[in-house]
Amino acid sequence: MKVRIHVSLKPGVLDPQGRAVHHALEGLGYEGVNDVRIGRLVELDVADDTSDAALEAMCEELLANMVIENYRIEKVQP
Amino acid sequence: MKTAVVTFPGSNCDRDMQVALREVSGRDPVRVWHGDADLPDGLDFIALPGGFSYGDYLRSGAMAANSPIMRSVVKAAERGVPVLGVCNGFQVLTESGLLPGALMRNAGQTFICRTVELVVENAQSMFTRSYEAGETVRIPVAHHDGNYFADDVTLDRLEGEGRVAFRYSENCNGSQRDIAGVLNAKGNVLGMMPHPERAIEDVQGGSDGRRLFESVLGMLERV
Repeated sequence: MKVRIHVSLKPGVLDPQGRAVHHALEGLGYEGVNDVRIGRLVELDVADDTSDAALEAMCEELLANMVIENYRIEKVQP
Repeated sequence: MKTAVVTFPGSNCDRDMQVALREVSGRDPVRVWHGDADLPDGLDFIALPGGFSYGDYLRSGAMAANSPIMRSVVKAAERGVPVLGVCNGFQVLTESGLLPGALMRNAGQTFICRTVELVVENAQSMFTRSYEAGETVRIPVAHHDGNYFADDVTLDRLEGEGRVAFRYSENCNGSQRDIAGVLNAKGNVLGMMPHPERAIEDVQGGSDGRRLFESVLGMLERV
């Protein structure tokens, strides 16, 4: 089973990378970009019987830092 | 007195830390590898050095925090053994849960490598007793991810409990409330982004870091 873990900074946490990219997009002339937030995509290939609880534990123990980040688990249909 | 320096793959200040501990304590520290399961018996002090453990992949300090030796470091810290984490070592301490908060990318996006002024906020901890409260000291920083973040409730608690050890005179990296170093609740774990081990003798440009080691190692000597 393929699983995508989307890790993103919590709302309100300053994202200097996102801010820099936002600035660069404006520099390229793209108007109307209100905000840019940069996160991380982690793709896992796990056994089909991997439980949701196990996936959540992986996220909270290692893949996301719950102090500053949120995560979203997406199971990808083959 | 028995001290130890833990080396992770990517540590690059471990030898500086070793030299600092030897200079101040008169004895060479034990060198411990990240993959070791156990710390040597009878340790009085553990240092987690700066660097880029595991290449800073995923997040700074995240994988080091889950390395075999850190399970023993956490247990030792819970027993009251003094633990100092500098720079990447601070990141490892927050990722392992020994200290609250997290270290994020510097607000200015650049790697900062220069000597900065710090204000000693708490001069009563075992790490800072050789300083005076409110004193300004000069210690080098060298980091990309030194922007200290914690939520307001945590920050209020840290300040209320006197657990902010050092603050930047001028905030170089965007850290919440100018925080440069924090203590755990028991006061035996200190994490800080600036490098006291790079300010041991005047030939390094200053010796303000030396007193931190004199504070904690001198106290152990008297025990």
